[in-house]
This record gives sequence, structure tokens and C-alpha cells, in this order.
Amino acid sequence: MNVLLVDDEIELVDTLAERLNMRGIEADWATSGEEAMAIEGKTYDIAVLDVKMPRISGIELKKKLQVKYPGTHFIFMTGHGSEDDFRAGSAEAGSDYYLVKPVDIDILIQKMNEVLEKASE
Amino acid sequence: MKKLDTIGETGLRFFGKVSASISHEIKNTLAVINENAGLMEDLTLMAEKGMELDPVRVRGLAEKILAQVRRSDGIVKNLNRFAHSIDETGKTVDVEETATFTALLAARLGSVRGVTFKTVSPEKPTRILTSPFFLEALIFRCLEIAMTAPDADKTIYLKPETTEANIQVRLTGMDLKEAWDEGGFPTEEDRALLDLLKADIEVNSTKGEIVLILTTGKND
Repeated sequence: MNVLLVDDEIELVDTLAERLNMRGIEADWATSGEEAMAIEGKTYDIAVLDVKMPRISGIELKKKLQVKYPGTHFIFMTGHGSEDDFRAGSAEAGSDYYLVKPVDIDILIQKMNEVLEKASE
Repeated sequence: MKKLDTIGETGLRFFGKVSASISHEIKNTLAVINENAGLMEDLTLMAEKGMELDPVRVRGLAEKILAQVRRSDGIVKNLNRFAHSIDETGKTVDVEETATFTALLAARLGSVRGVTFKTVSPEKPTRILTSPFFLEALIFRCLEIAMTAPDADKTIYLKPETTEANIQVRLTGMDLKEAWDEGGFPTEEDRALLDLLKADIEVNSTKGEIVLILTTGKND
């Protein structure tokens, strides 16, 4: 599984990527929408995006990445109090997958597997 | 349900907005702590299985966690100061200090738009008897408007100053000339705050300025 993590907290994405790598998941990271869009020569099964980032929000970035990587699936990470709070405030996000920070790595991996299983149905 | 009065509603909305923003910041520090502690756990589990544990690496992770604890402490201190700003309805405050603090409260919202805030120190003291909480609410409101129309530098400057007639907070660094939608600013709710503090707002589109004018002397 190839994963792209995007969050403006460098220590979060850097460490999370290392922990995913330890679990056999190839993870790259970027700290902004601009950085994510600048990555060349890679494809990703899943992109895990922070919702609120400077300049390009996670929701806007998803739209851009969908064009760049048409086969990529998306999971949002949010600092909202709950998924319901996030859904209430982000109608545009639609029916994507969400995780509330701080994220449990086992739940993240479970969610990633769910996303890929659902996509392959 | 009985409707809140305009001031109460505006104040509560401001309080909610700042609290939500601060809770997001705390969630971020917790997320970083969570990953660093998780990595530390991963490394120790691997050490239990015979892999060598690098003490420098572990110490580095502990330092990162401590840095995030300090960051969280700073955020919570600001929240505490903000929450206590409503304790007194009338108090002599330093407008420069209030502007700097309010800019700090709005920093996260600004950063989402790529905008930063800087307070420029005044030549003379800018002390006024007012409601600290509602002064913060008014300055915050001006910052919210300012961050929708920054100029290319993306820095909004707050310049508190004492004039012969009043104390002002001048916000500059905006481009209000082309296609600026002020959304009716100041709105009816803003007007209620301005009346409460016996204050006024002037928007100068040509100069790209918003000026908050505070009348010296006791407010209601």
C-alpha cells in the first residue's frame, strides 16, 4: 500500500510516516498542499489529508489530487471534537472517511484497509 | 426559545469561535505527542524482540514530546487569560497589549489563509478604561475582516496609537480596492459592540486601512 500523508505539522506526518513504514506501509509526506502537488513520479493508493492547512485546505487539496492521481482514495484527519462536528461544518467533504486527531495508528490502518476493500468491490 | 440580546449573542459567538480555534490547536499538539509517544512505544517493542535501542533516538523523541507539552501549556495559558478577560466589565487596559493578545488568538485563523499579524508598538501609552472582553471581540472582528483582503505581503499590521482626541488601532496591509466584499462591515452586531464601547470603525479602501477608534473615558 502506498500512502501520502499531508499535514502542516511536520512532526506529525514525519513520525506517522515512519510508524507506517515500520508496519510495511510505504508512506510519503508533505506539509502543505503545494508540497503535495509538487511530488512527481509517484502514485498513491490513499492520501491522508489534514482538513485545515494554510492556503490550500484538505478539501481543496483533495480536488486537486483527484486530478493528479485519479485512482487515489482519501481519508481526512480533523482537529474537530468529533466526526459529527466535522461533518456539520464541512458539507463539501461529502461521504469521505474521517479520523479525529489524535489518530490511533491501528484505527488508521484499519480505515485504510476498509477504503481499499470498498473500492475493490 | 427566548432570543439573546445582540451583545450577548455577539459575545458568545466570539467566545465560541476562539474556543473552537484553540481546541483545534490543542488537538494538533496532542496528535504530535501521540505520534512521538507511539514511535517510542514501537521502538521499545522492537527492543524487546532483540533490536538495539538507540538512547539518542529515544531522548530525541522525549524532547519532542516535552516541546509539545510546553506548546500546549502556552496555548492553555492563552485560553485561561482569554476566559478571564470577561471577569471585569470595566477595567483600564493597555490597548497595545490587548491588540497583541487578540492577534495571537486570531493567528491560527490567519495562518489558514496564509496571513500573519504584527503589532507595531506605539510611541505613547495606549491605556483606556473599557471592557477587555468586548475590546478583544472588536479587534478580532477587525482582524477577521482584514484577513479576507490582505495585500501581496500577507501581513496585517496593527498599530495602536494615542491621538489628542482618542486611542486608535489602525490595521494596515490590506488591498481593499478591487472587488473587496466587505459583507456589510460593520454589521448590525458590530455596531452593537461599537456602541457598547463608545467606539467607531472607519474603513479607508484607498489606503487599505481599517481604523478602530476608541473614545477615552469610561464606557457603559
